[in-house]
Amino acid sequence: MTSADAVEVAASPEAIAERLAASRYLADDSLATAIFLAIRLGKPLLLEGAPGVGKTEAAKAVAELLGRELVRLQCYEGIDTGHALYEWNYQRQLLAIRHAGEHEIDIYDDRFLIARPLLQVLRAPEQRVLLVDEIDRSDHEFEALLLEFLSDFQISIPERGTIRAAKQPIVILTSNRTRELAEALRRRCVYHWIGYPDAEREAEIIMLRSGDVAEATARAVANAVQEIRARSLAKPPGIAEAVEWANAATILEKGGSPWPQAFRRAIGVLIKDEEDLSAIAPELGRIVEEALG
Amino acid sequence: MRPGESLPHPAAPFLGFARLLRHHAFAIAPEQVTSFMQAITLLGPRSMNDIREAALATLAPSPDRRGEFEAHFRAYFYGDAKPAIEGEEDDETRVKDDRGTREEEKQTIRQEKGGELSSALEQLSSRDFQRDANGLGQFRRKLSAALPARRSFRTARTRSRGTLDLRRSLSEIVSADGDIPSPLLRRRQAVPRKLLLLIDVSGSMKLHTADYLKLAHAAVQGADSAEVFTFSTRLTRVTSALRIRDRGQALARAAALVDDWDGGTRMGPTLLAFLSVPRFSAFARGACVVILSDGLERGDHSDLETAMRRFSARAFRLSLATPLAGDPRFQPATAALRAILPLLDDLVDGSSVGSLTDFILSLARPAPAAETIWKRVS
Repeated sequence: MTSADAVEVAASPEAIAERLAASRYLADDSLATAIFLAIRLGKPLLLEGAPGVGKTEAAKAVAELLGRELVRLQCYEGIDTGHALYEWNYQRQLLAIRHAGEHEIDIYDDRFLIARPLLQVLRAPEQRVLLVDEIDRSDHEFEALLLEFLSDFQISIPERGTIRAAKQPIVILTSNRTRELAEALRRRCVYHWIGYPDAEREAEIIMLRSGDVAEATARAVANAVQEIRARSLAKPPGIAEAVEWANAATILEKGGSPWPQAFRRAIGVLIKDEEDLSAIAPELGRIVEEALG
Repeated sequence: MRPGESLPHPAAPFLGFARLLRHHAFAIAPEQVTSFMQAITLLGPRSMNDIREAALATLAPSPDRRGEFEAHFRAYFYGDAKPAIEGEEDDETRVKDDRGTREEEKQTIRQEKGGELSSALEQLSSRDFQRDANGLGQFRRKLSAALPARRSFRTARTRSRGTLDLRRSLSEIVSADGDIPSPLLRRRQAVPRKLLLLIDVSGSMKLHTADYLKLAHAAVQGADSAEVFTFSTRLTRVTSALRIRDRGQALARAAALVDDWDGGTRMGPTLLAFLSVPRFSAFARGACVVILSDGLERGDHSDLETAMRRFSARAFRLSLATPLAGDPRFQPATAALRAILPLLDDLVDGSSVGSLTDFILSLARPAPAAETIWKRVS
């Protein structure tokens, strides 16, 4: 599929929600509106939310709906320009100098330039979507660098001059909110807070995402997970974990465990913290019974 | 042409809404208002919900204040009853920065107002000057090196222990016409983190504030990146007063700056006020935040909890030093302390200058979270 014209695809929030559903991502109105506005206003989209609510999945779905390639920049503490923008392939440069001997050679040629995610996107803004994942993990110097990139969409390479994007690329940033982002970054973006979905939507997501889970199972899982999230846990289960739980319980049930027991035995894929497990254990039986109805 | 004149009449309410939010201390930039209106145009708008979605996406209220935002939205566009938040406006915490008002303050020292207090401070500082001077002098000298470091984004040239600086080496080679001189090395610099001291000067801390200020003076003298604030019912920045080298003078000036000596405690609201000034809250980002307070919050502690949550999201390490912990029978048993304990990295003894300096000098060493330690004790 060639890259579709972004404006054409983003005719209305509803059109976007429909296309996202076709790429197996269920977005609520508010998220569809935010995506619509980000595309049409030409601003980056900042998605915040607890771990496991599907922020990265949303970015993948957006890339798919636009028919573009997703370029992912995973942030970490200590990430720098060499990992985010570009780097020269010094080894090749040195070899080329050796090789050239007496001849003139341009060692700042394209073949010696290693394009990192931000530069890759600048070069082909209409074929790529940039995902800057977990920006809250990077240091604030990197945040400032990103801010500059996001306002002008250009990169200066001293040896080559400034590279500008022919068109504004589509950029999605995600944050787990482990630290607060600079106000300037929030200001420059279209913002959306992804919360946990309600039970009904979660059941739909589970059915869409898992292999072969029966509707009743999906509903029971969604209800039980809602109940578990309401408690104060160190790590509340995300949507991905709920899907895995439904899958695991279904497999166990096919292996011969009756229903409530299958859920209880598969709890390890849902709650992955020892303290949380011991806190929830005494009540788990009741929660599962109630969810099964 | 005045702004707003060129706008069509129906757009006026949206500008008004942004103004209302600004009035309630939401940080909203002009460009956000522009995109808010562009968004509304793009969406139709077909319903009130479109306007709401556009506001949420472009004006970007932080998730903590989402409820407040929605209340304002309903009040403004649907004409619901005024949100309850408005009533609190009267006792909004006053924030004072010592910069700019310094000239004026200098005079008040000589006048009646701050005289009594500063002389009291001077007495205190002269009383055990001999004993303190050694401890604090050592603290001052050691502090800068003892603060936890972070690796800067910038690299510096180095002669040993670094990675090859290929970029510089290569340009060196090119300028030397292909000759290979000795390779150049580079290393990421280590920068000490900021130290932010928040000193409770309310009545219940009366016995300790003088000591704390002396400690703060030594900290400001010892580390370039230290910031000091005092709070009880108001918030005052005293860092530049403490920059004066002479301790007596510095403390006298700081004493004159602070208006709320021995006042009541409004820890939660004042800390929130601190966080709502962007320049101040930037001091907390990635810093070691040490709050010197007994943590006795009168009444509702939900504000305190919110403030601490925001602090812990911003800070590198959040510590509370309470003089009450000097008592071996101390337990974090009050409702306020219990609520903030999971957010704290350290809850330590702040009853003497000695224990505090030892603690601050050990900030770079990892320690188990406060909750783990106090759970084990109880």
